[in-house]
This record gives sequence, structure tokens and C-alpha cells, in this order.
Amino acid sequence: MPVRCEDVAPVLGDAASGAVPFDAATRLHIEHCLRCQAEIVQYRRVLRGLRAMRTQVLEPAPGLLPGILATIEEAGERRALRELIDGRRAAYVGGLAAATAAGVGGAIVLATRTRRAHRLAG
Amino acid sequence: MRHDLEALVAAAQAGDRSAFDDLVRATYIDSYTLAYRLTGDEDDARDVVQEAYLRAYRGLKRFRGDAQFSTWMYRITANCATTFLGKRTKNRHDELTDDLVGDEPALTVDPEASVDAAATRDRLQQALRRLPPRLRAVVVLRDVYDLPHESIASELGISESAAKVRLHRARRKLRADLVTMREPDEHEEGSADARAV
Repeated sequence: MPVRCEDVAPVLGDAASGAVPFDAATRLHIEHCLRCQAEIVQYRRVLRGLRAMRTQVLEPAPGLLPGILATIEEAGERRALRELIDGRRAAYVGGLAAATAAGVGGAIVLATRTRRAHRLAG
Repeated sequence: MRHDLEALVAAAQAGDRSAFDDLVRATYIDSYTLAYRLTGDEDDARDVVQEAYLRAYRGLKRFRGDAQFSTWMYRITANCATTFLGKRTKNRHDELTDDLVGDEPALTVDPEASVDAAATRDRLQQALRRLPPRLRAVVVLRDVYDLPHESIASELGISESAAKVRLHRARRKLRADLVTMREPDEHEEGSADARAV
């Protein structure tokens, strides 16, 4: 069954970009089909134009850079504040834990002494 | 330049804020250009770029240097633009397609470009702006920025085969648009020739 233009059409874009090699039947069709050859030329023009855009830059309005830097600075300050709060929180929790441990220890010592005093009195 | 960026990335990862600011200064115009090409709107592009750099700042420790910093920024920018366009579509309850018309911002043009190449480029930019955003994103990332299909699919949240299908459709539309735009010129040239004869 001969290859038709409709069969070849989906691969012409890829073929123009060099991404997909032609199979023998497709190559044969294209070699004899001016319509498909013209399409490949058009795709190549599109791809060339798109690639050329890579080196072009669009100048943003002047306020963009200060805006980005201000956003980053704000985020940096928030992060520093959060780290400070987290550090203080850790110190606070550590202090609480130490105080609790000391309290429990004290209570144990007191209870032991009281029990010993009772035993001696008895 | 590339080594400079690598040194800046290393310093920024070590906690040097001014190094990150220098990274922003070195890359924000490229990121903005990509954001503008994806969104088709200056204000939207500004929002996208701000968000992209904020994400980059927060995620800088995760950047392992497998790719260049600028490529990493392209991926983040593309991801932010997709999220942004998704939200905008949801808010407006309509499909963003063919109506992205506005003035192109100032373009830095290669002075050696030929008149014909400049005309083709202008037509191509118009055609690009007429593409639906989901097709435009794929063709810009692939054919302008040379990102692999895999990265494009991952940043846009689609499968690799869907990315390829979109790329094919986008290229076909661009080609058809370019041909349509060229035809009136050619007709004019043709009639001028006829008049000359």
C-alpha cells in the first residue's frame, strides 16, 4: 500500500527538527512529493524562528528586580525570625523539661527523706 | 559566566543572601522572558517570576547542580506559570485561548538579523501568542529552550506522550499560521509583479 501525504503529515515536524529519521517508505514518498517537501521547509522555518528566540530577551519594566529582591528579603527575614523562634522554643521546652526533672527529683528526695524520718520515728 | 553562577549558587547554598541576590540579577531577565512567553501578559509574567524566585530561594538547598542554574530556573518558572494559568482559568471559568493580544514589550534584536528573518520572527511571535497556553508552554519549552520531553512533562504535570502530542499540534498550528500570514504578502507581491508587467 503506497504511503500518502496524510500518513506522513504527523512526522514532518519531528523530521524537520531532525528528531526522527525517516523510514524507507516515508523517505521515498517525500522525495517524490512536492507538497510534503514544502511542508518540511515550512516546519524548518518555524523551528529556526523558535530557536532564534532563545537569544532574544524581553526587557521587563524597571520595577521587577527591586520587587523580586524585596520579596526574597522578606522571605529571608521571615525565615530568620522563624529560626529564632524555633531556637527560643527549643530553649524554653528544654528549660521546662529541666525544671520538671528537677521538681520530680526534689519530690523524690523529699519523699525518701520523709519516709526515712517516719521509719526512724516508728 | 557559568563558573560565576556555580560559585554564586555554592555561596547562596551556604547561606550568603547577597550571593542569591546576585543570582537573581544574573538570571531574572531570562526568567521574565520565559514567563512572558508562557503567559502572554506582562503583569502575569512579573507575578510568575516573583513566585519562581521565591520558590528557588526556599528550595535552593535541594538544587544539586545536575543542570545549570538557569535551566533549573526555567523549570521552576514553567511550573509557576502553569500553576498561575491554571488558577486564572479556574477563576475566569473560560478557556484561555486566542485572545492574548497586547503590545509586545521592548525586544532586544540581533542587529545582524536580516529583514526577512525579522519579519518571520514577528509573524512567529504573533502566531505563538495565538496558541492556547497549554500548547504554547510545550512548544516554547521544547523548541525555544530545548528542555527534554521528560522535564517538560514533569513541570507541566502531564505524561510524556501528552507532551509530544501537544508539541506536534503546536508546531502544526504555528506552521499553518505562518503560511496564512505569508500568503497576503505574497499575493501583494504577486499583484505588484502583475502591475509591473
